[in-house]
Amino acid sequence: MAEKLLEIKNLKQHFNVGKPNLVKAVDGVTFDIYKGETLGLVGESGCGKSTTGRTIIRLYDATDGQVLFNGEDVHGKKNVSELKKFNRKMQMIFQDPYASLNPRMTVADIIAEGIDIHGLAKTKQERMEQVYDLLKTVGLNKEHANRYPHEFSGGQRQRIGIARALAVQPEFIIADEPISALDVSIQAQVVNLLKKLQNEKGLTYLFIAHDLSMVKYISDRIGVMYFGKLVELAPADTLYKNPLHPYTQSLLSAIPLPDPESERTRKRVSYDPSVHNYEDNEKVEMREVAPGHFVYCSEKEFKQYKNAYIK
Amino acid sequence: MQQISKDKFQIVGNEGINSEKIEKPSLSFWKDVSIRFRKNKLAMFGIVLLVLLVFFAIFGPYMTEYDYAKNDLMNTNKAPSSEHWFGTDDLGRDVFTRTWEGARISLAIGVLAALIDFTIGVLWGGISGFKGGRVDEFMMRTADILYGVPYLLLVILLMVVLGQSLGTMILAMTITGWINMSRIVRGQVLSLKNQEYVLASRTLGAGLTRIMGKHLIPNTMGPILVTMTLTVPAAIFTEAFLSFLGLGLTPPLASWGTMASDGLPALKYYPWRLFFPATFIALTIFAFNVIGDGLRDALDPRLRK
Repeated sequence: MAEKLLEIKNLKQHFNVGKPNLVKAVDGVTFDIYKGETLGLVGESGCGKSTTGRTIIRLYDATDGQVLFNGEDVHGKKNVSELKKFNRKMQMIFQDPYASLNPRMTVADIIAEGIDIHGLAKTKQERMEQVYDLLKTVGLNKEHANRYPHEFSGGQRQRIGIARALAVQPEFIIADEPISALDVSIQAQVVNLLKKLQNEKGLTYLFIAHDLSMVKYISDRIGVMYFGKLVELAPADTLYKNPLHPYTQSLLSAIPLPDPESERTRKRVSYDPSVHNYEDNEKVEMREVAPGHFVYCSEKEFKQYKNAYIK
Repeated sequence: MQQISKDKFQIVGNEGINSEKIEKPSLSFWKDVSIRFRKNKLAMFGIVLLVLLVFFAIFGPYMTEYDYAKNDLMNTNKAPSSEHWFGTDDLGRDVFTRTWEGARISLAIGVLAALIDFTIGVLWGGISGFKGGRVDEFMMRTADILYGVPYLLLVILLMVVLGQSLGTMILAMTITGWINMSRIVRGQVLSLKNQEYVLASRTLGAGLTRIMGKHLIPNTMGPILVTMTLTVPAAIFTEAFLSFLGLGLTPPLASWGTMASDGLPALKYYPWRLFFPATFIALTIFAFNVIGDGLRDALDPRLRK
């Protein structure tokens, strides 16, 4: 695949460091995101997906590790103007469309916030024109500009959030569960909008979600997280056809099937971390089982997986 | 199941229907609040009362020919009449003129105290809540220590050191008065700063001033306003109370507190000297309290229709 846009190296995010209630939300995650692709990140609630996203965009200061954007370290920077430049390239779409828009601001002011901060419009008229363009891009009308967020439905609000992120013309967008608060008919609307924007503007996405069928639909590659660690990373089709890590297998077995006959025969596989039976001196890390297919495993498991792959 | 042939269906499509259109007229948050506030009769009565009081405070002293400080020893302790509407006091000064002269000072103290509390409290509480961690700890403990200083002792000390004046009085009131406001603001900021719209603003590169000014303070304005409207009567009452104890303003300056204090010994024979200032203190405090209550109800999102 093409060039790397983002490299995440051994990223760690621990909370309450030095206190008894230490939380290792993200514990040594390494992956790359290529230009123009969509990387889906899945896992159960509380496994650190959102924290990973928020740490990448610097909402939290990483405890350890590196995030390289186009080869530049994101977390090392302290200079204000450099930070601003970086803020324009990376943006985020949030989970809750009801909490992500300031109830006291008009839609125009919400969308134009990035334009105002970065001085992208010289006159008021230019600013409003950009806002109208963005509203059109996400399928809303000019007339919506002077209204307040509470007047919109969930899907419309989420599209306003997308317009806000697009206002600074970013290259990379972190979508933090952008559809999990929407009902199913609206989910398709938002996901298709994201896909359309990706085609038109060549955007790169990190798509965080827990709806596996939706992730499969939108992602090129998928990473599976479990308790702050990435356990498997593979191209979307490969992961669904040939899941290697027992946690991934368990996760995939939980997808409900729309066909009542096969649904009746579906077997839930539960995951028990003790099946690994890691010994103290065993080195457990991400290993490439097949080209592009990484699994978090020990040397012994690595051989097993490889054999399983050949068959 | 009965089969229905396909030709009985026709695709209508959704052309021509603008599904994104919003029919409801656009209402900003404050418009919504003012509609609900105006429905509250008691609060509106408070507003009318307050407008009347302010009107008389501004124009009242000019309505009579008397000067508020001028003695007239021939006409001491006169009962209310067509000449002296509220009567005169022991030095022959017109009580009507003095009442409104006092209203100016009492209202000014109330409003000034509220404004100073607002400024310091919002800044202190806002920064403390937003920065969090050690900064928060330091700022809040400082506030706690100040809060623990005995109030009357502090006032007496200030009066002795700086002399009795309006300025000293306001200083004495605000030196601890802002703490309440800062605690309220801090609590609000703590709960708002992790809202997703604040995070969105941060990812766009917004600085502290922008986040405070555009996101945090506007969303805290409700509780701030309510606290302010309740600070005004508290300050007026404190002034009256301090003046009553003889710690307040010095004659011939009049405030409702000093007038009540002067009028008390003559209560048995010349009751109007206490009655008028006391009534107006009560009315003002009543007006502000009802307005504050009305605002609190109007700002409560749960009552929104």
